[in-house]
Amino acid sequence: MVGVREIPCPVCGGKVGVADDALPGELFECGECSARLEYFVDEKGGPSLKVAEEVAEDWGQ
Amino acid sequence: MRIGLAYDVIRFEEKSLVNAASNLGYAVEPIHVTRSEFWLNEPNGPKADFIIQRCVSHSRALASTAFFERNNIFVVNRLSVLRDSADKLITSCLLAKAGVPTPSTVVVFSREKALEAARKIGFPVVVKPVSGSWGRNLARAYDEQSLSDIIELRENMPNPQMKVHYLQEYVDKPERDIRAFYVWGDVPVAIYRVSKMWKTNTALGGKAQPCPVTDELRELVIKAGEAVGGGVLGVDVLESPTKGLLVNEVNGVVEFRNTVLVTGYDLPSKIIADTAKVVRR
Repeated sequence: MVGVREIPCPVCGGKVGVADDALPGELFECGECSARLEYFVDEKGGPSLKVAEEVAEDWGQ
Repeated sequence: MRIGLAYDVIRFEEKSLVNAASNLGYAVEPIHVTRSEFWLNEPNGPKADFIIQRCVSHSRALASTAFFERNNIFVVNRLSVLRDSADKLITSCLLAKAGVPTPSTVVVFSREKALEAARKIGFPVVVKPVSGSWGRNLARAYDEQSLSDIIELRENMPNPQMKVHYLQEYVDKPERDIRAFYVWGDVPVAIYRVSKMWKTNTALGGKAQPCPVTDELRELVIKAGEAVGGGVLGVDVLESPTKGLLVNEVNGVVEFRNTVLVTGYDLPSKIIADTAKVVRR
């Protein structure tokens, strides 16, 4: 069973549930403000979220 | 066997491929391309028996695949398949050359020729960018005036690709199209994409429903998949009331979240297992 930790949303400060097996680049949506977020590991090795990259013209299939 | 997964963002598709590979007993090396350096001169790169290319950005997918192939790593899909399937004009040429039925399609480079060609096809016509996805910048012209307006808009866009006018007959499909999956010569699953809108892309709100893989659909999809070089592909099929099944597009980095959700079919495991078989041969 994969655990879930709560990481603050960088937009509204709400708590976002992120699975322990999350990979850098994994996308999440903040349940409070609906921001599209990307999981990353910060310089200190801590789990963090940042606002995800905007969809670009060459994205998708 | 060690499997690399090249990605820029992790969505349902990428996570389920990682999980499928792990469940099948393979070691997985996630390759986050936006956090990687790709040095070209000397041989280097991930130690993987094959790499699944999953970058959502086509530019990143092409660039990183070129690097992996430069280092003799087997990539799904191959560089040539990614390049050809991302360009609707090249895809159409490959399909037509292989005798795969497609909507009537013409490429022109001026407004005058667009109007002449559209008269020959018959209105309405669809104007598409040669590259692009999720139904972006597609337009339907009902008459000469609307086509002229669309071409004028395109010719004022700075992107030179928008001056390549790819015109196609409008297929009056039954409020749905078909997304079928080609996996190394097999067609394991398909969905309908149902929408009242003429663009049925699920990215634009089209609803996925299971679609039976008939012998006719299977044969068509295999022919289309092989025409663009094989591997793992999404093949979009239109049901024309007059011409039968027509291949509309082929996708080289295919999305399958909705397919798995509505059919329950374990497509990620099929992709991993069948690619591993191909690599072992």
